[in-house]
Amino acid sequence: MAEPKQVPESYYSDLKSLQAIDFTLVELTLYLDTHPDDLEALKQFNSAAKKSAELRETFEAKYGPLRQFGHSLSAYPWQWIDTPWPWQV
Amino acid sequence: MATSRKWYSPYVSPMDPCPPLSPVSYETPVQLYLGFQPRGMEQFSPFEALAHGTLWPGLYTPYTNPYLLKKRGIDTNG
Amino acid sequence: MWYYEKKLQYPVRVGICNPKMAKFLIEQYGGADGELAAALRYLNQRYTIPSRVMGLLNDIGTEEFAHLEMIATMVYKLTKDATPEQLKEAGLGEHYVDHGKSVYYHNAAGQKFDMPIQSKGDPIADLYEDIAAEEKARSTYQWIINISDDPLINDSLGFLREREIIHSQRFREAVELLKEEQNKKKVF
Repeated sequence: MAEPKQVPESYYSDLKSLQAIDFTLVELTLYLDTHPDDLEALKQFNSAAKKSAELRETFEAKYGPLRQFGHSLSAYPWQWIDTPWPWQV
Repeated sequence: MATSRKWYSPYVSPMDPCPPLSPVSYETPVQLYLGFQPRGMEQFSPFEALAHGTLWPGLYTPYTNPYLLKKRGIDTNG
Repeated sequence: MWYYEKKLQYPVRVGICNPKMAKFLIEQYGGADGELAAALRYLNQRYTIPSRVMGLLNDIGTEEFAHLEMIATMVYKLTKDATPEQLKEAGLGEHYVDHGKSVYYHNAAGQKFDMPIQSKGDPIADLYEDIAAEEKARSTYQWIINISDDPLINDSLGFLREREIIHSQRFREAVELLKEEQNKKKVF
């Protein structure tokens, strides 16, 4: 039986960069839920969201789609089902 | 700045079967004191925020195993 | 609806092959104050909470599923390569006989997830319930950290414990918003 393909070392550091910016977005989301008129926080949220989208695009080009139901594109054949899943890495 | 760990000493009876493990600690993290979060609080960088579990140093209250402390009964700053 | 993202919220590392930790960690998976109970409680309460704080319950409830996945990942990694003998030694013999290596929704004492998900329909009662739930989950993380011998697991548990603090903070702010005294007191 063929061994499943391993992720390259860069996968972990690239993933962490995305996790870091996305965590900032989680924090700002909850903060804005209770502080909706904090304009500075809102500007920071929008700029972090753009940064996250850029990082996500680069990450997906290297390692495959992160989101599905049409929110990520796929190369052929359908990449979404490729391992590793998050609990396997 | 409020301390995030408090200690108290329960009554020790000469009839207790085990040696006393006193004082006893409990945690009083920052959300008990902050009130409605003020705007413009200092922030961690995105990587530091991920490592700390929060974007704001002022909301970070770390935890360590109190049973490993050499000197028990000392308040810890959050 | 929801979208899945193929990544964990925080990198989970398990340093020591100690299946006994899985038995403790499962408390936050299928326990009364665990991540599943939290997610279900907030996402259920959001329907009848005042509109001003609906978004907050929705978002914290959603984040709880990311935490549930982190706990499951730790349990999975600790048990997937354990032999039945090792599982038995770790106190997971009964678990193995009934569920194999499934990550099963039960608590550390083996009681299956079968509990009322609190929702009173009174906004203040529900938010105080949620604040208490966050403090209870924070305590559970502290007890697991105290009993754990794996610094890498404790790193992830430290992250999850801090999230309980933030959620508690936001729920406390939600109570203040519903009291409608925020702008009058000029505390912003």
